[in-house]
Amino acid sequence: MPTEAAELVFDEATKVYPGRDDAAVDHLSLTVPAGEICVLVGPSGGGKTTALKLVNGLIPLTSGYIRIDGRPIGDYDVTELRRSIGYVIQQVGLFPHMTVEANIGTVPRLLGWKRQRIRDRAAELLELVGLDPEKDRKRFPAELSGGQRQRVGLARALAVNPRLMLMDEPFGAIDPIVRARLQDEFLRLQHELRKTVVFVTHDIDEAIKIGDRIAILREGGKLAQFDTPQQILEAPVDEFVADFVGRDRALKALTLRTLGDLELAPVQAGGADGLPQLPADTNLRDALAVLVAERTHALVVLGSDGSPRGVVRREELIG
Amino acid sequence: MSGHLLLAGGGPVIPNFGKPNECLKHNGWFCTYWIHKHWHDILQPALIQHIQLTVIAVGIGFVISFLLAIIGYRFRILDGPIGVLTDFAYTIPSIAFFLLLVPLTGVTVTTVEVALVAFTLFIFYRNIVVGLRSVPPEVLESARGMGMTRGQTFWRVELPLARPAIFAGLRIATVATISIATVAAFLIQDGLGAPIFDAIGTPDLFHTELLTAGGLAVLLALTADFLLAGLQRAVTPWTRTR
Repeated sequence: MPTEAAELVFDEATKVYPGRDDAAVDHLSLTVPAGEICVLVGPSGGGKTTALKLVNGLIPLTSGYIRIDGRPIGDYDVTELRRSIGYVIQQVGLFPHMTVEANIGTVPRLLGWKRQRIRDRAAELLELVGLDPEKDRKRFPAELSGGQRQRVGLARALAVNPRLMLMDEPFGAIDPIVRARLQDEFLRLQHELRKTVVFVTHDIDEAIKIGDRIAILREGGKLAQFDTPQQILEAPVDEFVADFVGRDRALKALTLRTLGDLELAPVQAGGADGLPQLPADTNLRDALAVLVAERTHALVVLGSDGSPRGVVRREELIG
Repeated sequence: MSGHLLLAGGGPVIPNFGKPNECLKHNGWFCTYWIHKHWHDILQPALIQHIQLTVIAVGIGFVISFLLAIIGYRFRILDGPIGVLTDFAYTIPSIAFFLLLVPLTGVTVTTVEVALVAFTLFIFYRNIVVGLRSVPPEVLESARGMGMTRGQTFWRVELPLARPAIFAGLRIATVATISIATVAAFLIQDGLGAPIFDAIGTPDLFHTELLTAGGLAVLLALTADFLLAGLQRAVTPWTRTR
C-alpha cells in the first residue's frame, strides 16, 4: 500500500462566524509534517472542531490560509478536496440504508471505480480494521456494535487511500475499554499507513496517547501551545496549559515510556523473589501503580518470551 | 328517481329481470347466479375503472406532492404555506369538492380525478417532508464531508432514507383513494361506486349487487395495501435488521 502523506499548514487561519464579534479560530498557525498525527485538544469553545472543518471546507475560512502540500485549499475544487481527505466523526454517520461494503465504497463510487475494485478494496479494509470481510460486508450499520461502526467509519475514510485524515472525536462515544482498544489499533494502523492525521479530542489523556504533536487551543480559538506530548507535560508554557493537562502531569508523562526503555539491573539469584513481574511493554505509570498497590520497592521486567530481563527499583522508575 | 335512470344504462339489475332465479326472487345477499351472469358486463369493468381511477389519482398526486415536498424541504419558509394548502384540500368533503369543480371541469372523469388527486396531496406531502427531515444530521454531515454534491446527497442518501415514510404515505393514500373513489359514482358511472349506487337505487335495495361491489372495493384496498407493504419491505431492507 502506498504510504504517501501530505503536509498540512495552518497559516494565520481565522474563522469568525457571521454575527459574532469573537473569533472561533484566531490566527491559528501550525504545521503538521507529513505522516504525523496532530491532536487538537482544549476545552469546549476552543474551536477544535471548527479548525478541523476549515481544512475540508465544511466551514469556510474568514481569513488566512490552510495549505495542503503547499497548495491553498481555496485552489482546490471543494468536492474533489473532500473526496481526497478521509473524514471520521464521533457519531460515525454511516449511511443506515447501505451495507457495510456500500458504505466503505462511498467515495470510490463517487470517483467512478469499477464494482470489482470497490469490492476488493472493501474486503481489504475490513481486514485492516479488524472486521470479517465475509461475515460483515453485507451487514447494515444497525446490526453492528458502536465499536464496529467506528471501525467501518475508519475503513470508509481510508477507502481511497487519502493523504490526509480528519478525525473529529472518533472514539468519543465509545465505552472506555473498547475505546482503549480502538486507540491501540489505530496507532498500530498508523504505524503502517503513516497518514497525516488531524485528530480532535477533548480528552488530554487520549491526546497524549495518540498525538505525535499536540496543539492546545484555549477559548476563542487561540493556540496556547503546540508541542510534543513530552514537552507539553514537562514544560507547559503557562498556567492555562498546566491546568488543562492537570496536576498529575508528572504521572501522565510516565505513560510515554515503558519499562523496556529503562536501564535494568541484572536479576540476582533469589533477589527477585516475591517481586511483582511485568512485561517490558508496560508503561511506567501502570508499573508505578503496581508498585504502590503491592507495597514493594522494585519489580521484575519480563521479556517478550516471559523470562526475567532485569529488575527496576522505584527510584529509577520515577526518576 | 335518478338512481333508476342510471340503472337503465347500467344493465339489468332488477331482481326479477330475465330468467327467474330463486335467490334473486328473495333478494339474497350472495346470488352466485347473478354474479356469474354480470361479472363481465358490470363487475369486472367497474373494478378495472376503479383501479384506473385510483392509479391515476395516486400517480399524479405523488408526482405533484414530490415536487412540492422538495420545495418545502429545501426552502423551509414555504413548508408552512404548502402544508396549509394541501391540508385545506384534504378537509373539504369529497362530494362537496366534486360539486365545487363541476362549473370548471363539468361532469367528467377529470372532475373526479382532480378531487382525488387534491385529496392525496396532504398525505403524500407530509410523509415525504417528514421522511426527508428524519435523516440524521451526522449522516448528512458525513455525506458532505466525503464530497457528495447536493444532488448526490439528495438522491443517494436523503431520498432512500425517506423511503419508509414515503411508503407509509403511499399505502395510506392508496387505500384512502380506493375508498373515496366509490363516491365518484355520485357524479359519473365509473368505478365500483356505480353498481353500489345502482343497488342502493333499487326499490328494495338489491343485496347481491351491493355486497359484491362493496366487497370488491374492500378486497381491492386490502390487496393494494398488501402489495405495497411487500414492495416496501423489498426496497427498505435495512429496516428489517433491528
